[in-house]
Amino acid sequence: MDIFGLLMLIYVFVLAIFVGFELITKVPPTLHTPLMSGSNAISGITIVGALLSAGLGEVTISTILGVVAIVFAMINVVGGFLVTDRMLKMFKKK
Amino acid sequence: MEIVLYLVYLIASVCFIFGIKKLSSPKTARRGNQLAALGMLLAIVVTLFDQKILTFEYIILGMVVGAAIGVIMATKVQMTGMPQMVGLLNGFGGGASALVAFAEYDRILHSIDGFEISTTITIVLSVLIGSVTFTGSLIAFGKLQGIVTGKVVKYPLQHPFNALLLLAVLAAGVFVVINPSEINIVIAIVAVSLVLGVLLVLPIGGADMPVAISLLNSYSGLAASMTGFVLQNNMLIIAGALVGASGIILTIIMCKGMNRSLMNVVLGGWASAGAEGPAANGKEQKGTAKSVDAEELAMLLEGASSCIIVPGYGMAVGQAQHAVRDLMNVLEKKGINVRFAVHPVAGRMPGHMNVLLAEAQVPYDKLLAMEDINDDFPNTDVVIVIGANDVVNPAARSDQSSPIYGMPILNVDYAKTVVINKRSLNVGYAGIDNELFFYPNALMYFGDSKEAMSKLVSELKEL
Repeated sequence: MDIFGLLMLIYVFVLAIFVGFELITKVPPTLHTPLMSGSNAISGITIVGALLSAGLGEVTISTILGVVAIVFAMINVVGGFLVTDRMLKMFKKK
Repeated sequence: MEIVLYLVYLIASVCFIFGIKKLSSPKTARRGNQLAALGMLLAIVVTLFDQKILTFEYIILGMVVGAAIGVIMATKVQMTGMPQMVGLLNGFGGGASALVAFAEYDRILHSIDGFEISTTITIVLSVLIGSVTFTGSLIAFGKLQGIVTGKVVKYPLQHPFNALLLLAVLAAGVFVVINPSEINIVIAIVAVSLVLGVLLVLPIGGADMPVAISLLNSYSGLAASMTGFVLQNNMLIIAGALVGASGIILTIIMCKGMNRSLMNVVLGGWASAGAEGPAANGKEQKGTAKSVDAEELAMLLEGASSCIIVPGYGMAVGQAQHAVRDLMNVLEKKGINVRFAVHPVAGRMPGHMNVLLAEAQVPYDKLLAMEDINDDFPNTDVVIVIGANDVVNPAARSDQSSPIYGMPILNVDYAKTVVINKRSLNVGYAGIDNELFFYPNALMYFGDSKEAMSKLVSELKEL
């Protein structure tokens, strides 16, 4: 990756931060816990990298670390989305 | 195939953005979460078709084990245990990001690709943030679960030592960027970062946990973003940035709710927490607190037309949310207007009280944020404070020498009568006396929150 490649990634990062700020300031305090657990599940997106590391073919340190990362990320993703759904189900209006 | 892969990643990113957008209202929030989950599913499935993946047995093993643990955790956890659960999940997210970054480092080390400077920098950052998030979250979990002390922990040379560790990690990082093949240094970075995570969260006291959890939430997002830089994957960068922004916003809201700077919270506790000092000067003006029993309180409520309930961490500890819901129902049956006032830092994480009361089937439109209800206290007959202390302490408004001076509080003392349910007259987290207890319009209703509320409900039913 040359310096311009890196710059493009930084562009995306900075713009996404702004989108995040805009979206999240509109979340009402009553939903702050589901926001945390739900966004937490989204940060499990790192599983995509873990899948690539774990599937390289030969068993190396990378593969082992990749498998552990898959376990961690799956707990994060599955646990996070499920528990958020459980909470959001309870929020009812009169 | 590559094109399809990246197009699906784009769709997944859009799902995450719209998913969070739908969290802006409780009506659409559940759909939003499902949309984000769909995005995640798409991203995972399409990645499995990536031609770089040659073997699937370990992947399937990892996914099955992780998913099983996730399902068990998500279905077993009680709503009162939610802060711990969120803390633990943050840790797994951060840990996964650090592992992926290290795995990628190891892969490049054993390939002919060679290291690019930008890759090495982001690997170091990802490993650092991910590792700190991992152990920091485990300590936060331990504190909330009661395994690790919830008190403010101080040790000699705390700040210089932490600063030294951080500098050492950064110096090692620069060294690795210059000499990328030094794997021992990378391992040392991991080790020191893990220690740093423990030391940074250990000093933070129980009631400051909302800040710590929010901050760790933000870190877990940033770690994912850094891993995105390592893998040059825009979807990871976007998803991580959204989470990072979310955590930072929550952190700012929590700090404002306590009128403290982030540095003050991170560096450990109120100036006076658990120590001598301001508690002493409060003692002189101490009068006698009036106490009531359930029967008297029921009669008082019988004559009221409006009531605001202020829940605090004590309600969560006593698991009193269902009893509080019963109280709301019986009061409403008597034609009393009942609402809830929720302070931003009530409980152990952002929105803690709202989740507990939602579990007890209290409608969410009855839960009002501080700024929406604070002007209504003067027109309210009875306020019932359940297990909250510092967030209703009038010293925050008037006493410039108080350590909590300037913190926004719920103006419960402006109501005609304020009833405070607590187990004793003891000080709250900030370690200072609450003069509210001795106000002429204040009544103490002593007892465990759940028992006290149930007793009150049965007294009200008898009237």
